[in-house]
Parts: sequence; C-alpha cells; structure tokens
Amino acid sequence: MINKRIQQTLAFGAFRIVSFLVVAILFIILGFIVVRGFSVISWEFLTSMPEDGMKKGGILPAIVGTMCLIAGSMIFAFPIGVLSGIYINEYLTDNWLKRFMRTMTNNLAGVPSIVFGLFGMALFVNTLKFGDSIIAGSLTLGLMVLPVIIRTTEEALKSVDDSVRLGSYSLGASKLQTIHRVVLPIAYPNIITGLILSISRVSGETAPILFTVAAYFLPKLPNSIFDQVMALPYHLYVITTSGTNIEETRPMAYGTALVLIAIVLFVNLLANALRRYFGKKVKMN
Amino acid sequence: MPEHKVETKNLNLFYSDFHALKEINFKADKNTVTAFIGPSGCGKSTLLRVFNRMNDLIVGVKMEGKVYVDDKNIYKKNVVVDELRKKIGMVFQKPNPFPKSIFENVAYGLRVNGENNKEFIADKVETSLKKAALWDEVKDKLKKSAFELSGGQQQRLCIARTLAIEPSIVLMDEPASALDPMSTAKIEELIYELKENYTIIIVTHNMQQAARVSDFTAFFYLGELVEWDTTKTIFTNPKESKTQNYITGRFG
Repeated sequence: MINKRIQQTLAFGAFRIVSFLVVAILFIILGFIVVRGFSVISWEFLTSMPEDGMKKGGILPAIVGTMCLIAGSMIFAFPIGVLSGIYINEYLTDNWLKRFMRTMTNNLAGVPSIVFGLFGMALFVNTLKFGDSIIAGSLTLGLMVLPVIIRTTEEALKSVDDSVRLGSYSLGASKLQTIHRVVLPIAYPNIITGLILSISRVSGETAPILFTVAAYFLPKLPNSIFDQVMALPYHLYVITTSGTNIEETRPMAYGTALVLIAIVLFVNLLANALRRYFGKKVKMN
Repeated sequence: MPEHKVETKNLNLFYSDFHALKEINFKADKNTVTAFIGPSGCGKSTLLRVFNRMNDLIVGVKMEGKVYVDDKNIYKKNVVVDELRKKIGMVFQKPNPFPKSIFENVAYGLRVNGENNKEFIADKVETSLKKAALWDEVKDKLKKSAFELSGGQQQRLCIARTLAIEPSIVLMDEPASALDPMSTAKIEELIYELKENYTIIIVTHNMQQAARVSDFTAFFYLGELVEWDTTKTIFTNPKESKTQNYITGRFG
C-alpha cells in the first residue's frame, strides 16, 4: 500500500519537474532575448531603414516584408486549406481516396522546409517567372503550411458531434447548408487554431524564403507583389553570420529577434481573441 | 377506411452483411401514435430511420422492398430527400439543439427551406414553441443560447424546431430516455396533444411509456416484426409468446 503511494508520488513528482522544465526553457529563451535586445528597441529602430552596412538604422523593411509574407501566404493557404479540410472530412466517405489524401497531406507536412524553398524557386521564381518576389515567397510559404491548416480543419470538423448534423438533415437542410450553418460555426474556433499555428511558422521560417523572396539588403519598402523584400528571420541570419561587422551588429540581431517574437506573440493574441469571438458567437447566434 | 400515412411492403434492410430488418410489413394510420418496442438491436430505430431516409447517410446500407409515405414510394429515384424530410420530422434520443439562439433554433428549418419573411418566421417560432409547451418558459429569452436550457427544455425545443416546418409525420427515437421523470411526463403529455394533428411513431424502451402514449404497438425482435396490434391488445392479450415474455420483462 505504502509502496504504491511512494511510487505515485515519485512518478508525479517527475512529471511535474519535466513540465516545469519545459516552461522554464521557454522563459529562459524569452528572457535572454528580451534582456539583450530590449536596449536597441526604439521608435527609430522600428521605423527606419537599415544604414551603413546594416550596422545602424532600423529594420522597417524586414518588418514590413514579414508582414507581407504572412498576409500573402495566408490569403493563399487559408481558404484552400480550409476548403480541402471540409472536402476530406465532410464529403469523402471512408475509402481508399480519403486514406490516400490523408496520407499525402501528412507526407506534405513532413517535407523539410528547404525542399519547399527549392521547389518554390523552381516553380514560382523560374518556371512561372515571378522572380524573387513577395508572391513567389508567399506561395512557397503557403504550400508549406497547407497541411497544417488542412489537418486542423479536419480535426475541428471531426470533433463536431454528428447529432447536430442529423438534426439539420432531419429538418430538410442540404449537406452544404448543414456544413455552412451548423458545422462550420461550431468548428471555427478550432480552425482558427490552425491559422495561429501556420502564421507562427510562416513568420519564423527562413529556408522557404531564402531563394524565393528574401533580400540580403534592400532599404526600401515594396511597391508591388513582384518586389523583393527583406524578412525578419533572414535579416537575423544575415546580421548574425554574414554582416559587415558581426560583433557590432549583435545587439541589433537580438533586437530583431525580439521584434520577430513580439510579432508572433501579437498575432497569436489576435487570433486568440478571434477564437473567443467566434466561440461566443457560436453560443449566442 | 383510415388513411395510411406510412407503409412498408416486404422491407428488408442490410448493414453490409448483417440482415437488420426482415420482411417488414407495417402500416401507420393518420393521426395515430405507434410505439416501436423491442430489445436493443432489434431494428426498431433502423426502421424509424427508413421513413425519413436517414439510413442513406450510413455507408453500406442496402434495402429491398417498398416504403410508402402518403401512398408515394419514397425510395424512387426522383424523390428529393430534402423535401421528404421536410414532411417527416424527427426527434432524437439526446436533445441536439444547434449552437444558436432559442429563436434561431426554431427558425432554422424555415430558413434552410427558403423562408425569408421575418414576420412569418417570428410568428411560426412562437406558435411552434407554444405547441411544444415551451413558449411560457422561454418567451423572455428567445435571443439566449439554446444551451442555457435544461435537458428537458432542450428536447422540447427540438420538438418545436421539428413542428416549425409543419411535418405531417413525427418520428421520435427514444425522445425521453435522456430526461428526468418530470421532463418525461411533459414530453408524453405533448405527444398526446400532438396526435390530433400529426402521425407519430415513437421508439421506446419504456413499456409504461408505450402503454401510456400509443394507440398501436409494434414489437420487434432480431429484425423481425413479431407482432403489431392496438396497444391494448399487445399489453393485455398478445398473440405471440415472445411478445408476452418481453412486455412482462422476462427477457430483453
């Protein structure tokens, strides 16, 4: 009896330590970056062009670039991903086609991001002649996060209880009406989770944008979707490893990292608010 | 001669290889209540779902024989299933309100069937809630979420939702099995009142309930319609020994 209790105490103690360790690591990373990067953050840093071989000035073009890529990739990937998820979960019956599509979606999720980068370069930059551009980068990033959006949409739909579907059918609603009016509103909050996850990934990835959009140094804002832009993760890589004076730009690198994290955090909060809004609307409407 | 609302002829139904309904010949007259009784897995709920073609949604269902609603074969190719389901309402075992307001739950069936007139919808919502004996309890909170209602109220909301589309037949699949005795009594009272205007078929595991609410009772066992007669006969003088054994609680 006592043995059993000691075992349990030990086991849960271990679980607790491990869980806290994970959280601790997150805080250490965040703290590290905040402490080192906070001193360079200023209005000027956020709103001006890089100068003097990126040793001075700000990171505005990289911030704008990353924002463009987030928006561009989501405009492309979110509708396609959600519609595919709806098709796979609601329309396909459980047969080889559904299993095939599921497996392929999972495989797509497993493709390394650098491979997406190469593919994007081959297809969008060269074959379709978009050149290094926001559109080529957005499409590449969009492809990369498609499986994330498809899978979360599918899971969100799967968690909707079948009884409400049957209730809707029994009132003479068509399948499309049922999905549109009953199933999707229930699933929205969880679908938004897919959006959050994919935005976080899009804003942080370097490999897919390396050959498709990211500029080493481009101190101006884009005029069209066919322009190249700087992007935060790539800029971070540049000033950390191949700038004109790495030691001198180190604080700016931390500042850039801090801005990147802040953007991701901000987008997550925004999406969470959206999630809550839809969650509430579902109950009230 | 009474009008047959629902009729099956030599109906056989298979789930893949499983023979779920065997040679069912059944009729329900207009404005009567028929109770389907029998042990779990006997096919009574399956037969109920034959009438509004809910079994269409299940993969691997095969059917032979004929099913008539208002003397029309509902399994003919040119039958529009959505239209059929408008005529045949269904109330499910567990209350399944939509994640919408009380008002919108009742209005839903009208809206999906193309009704846009606000006054008409508001009117219909009110009369349906009254028919379902729920109006007095919810009239001041129509905009509140349906989830704020109790289980019994939710089930009456689902009945109101069904009545709003003016079906002539209402199918009920153990509508009170998830409810407390008070709510059950209310639902039973309601069934009794609805009989005036609707043909009702109710699946139930509760013998007293079947005896209380129904005019006719059909006893199913292992996919067969063993016996079907007036409720009084079934409960006082059944012809088959299986029926006798079941209603007296000796098996099932």
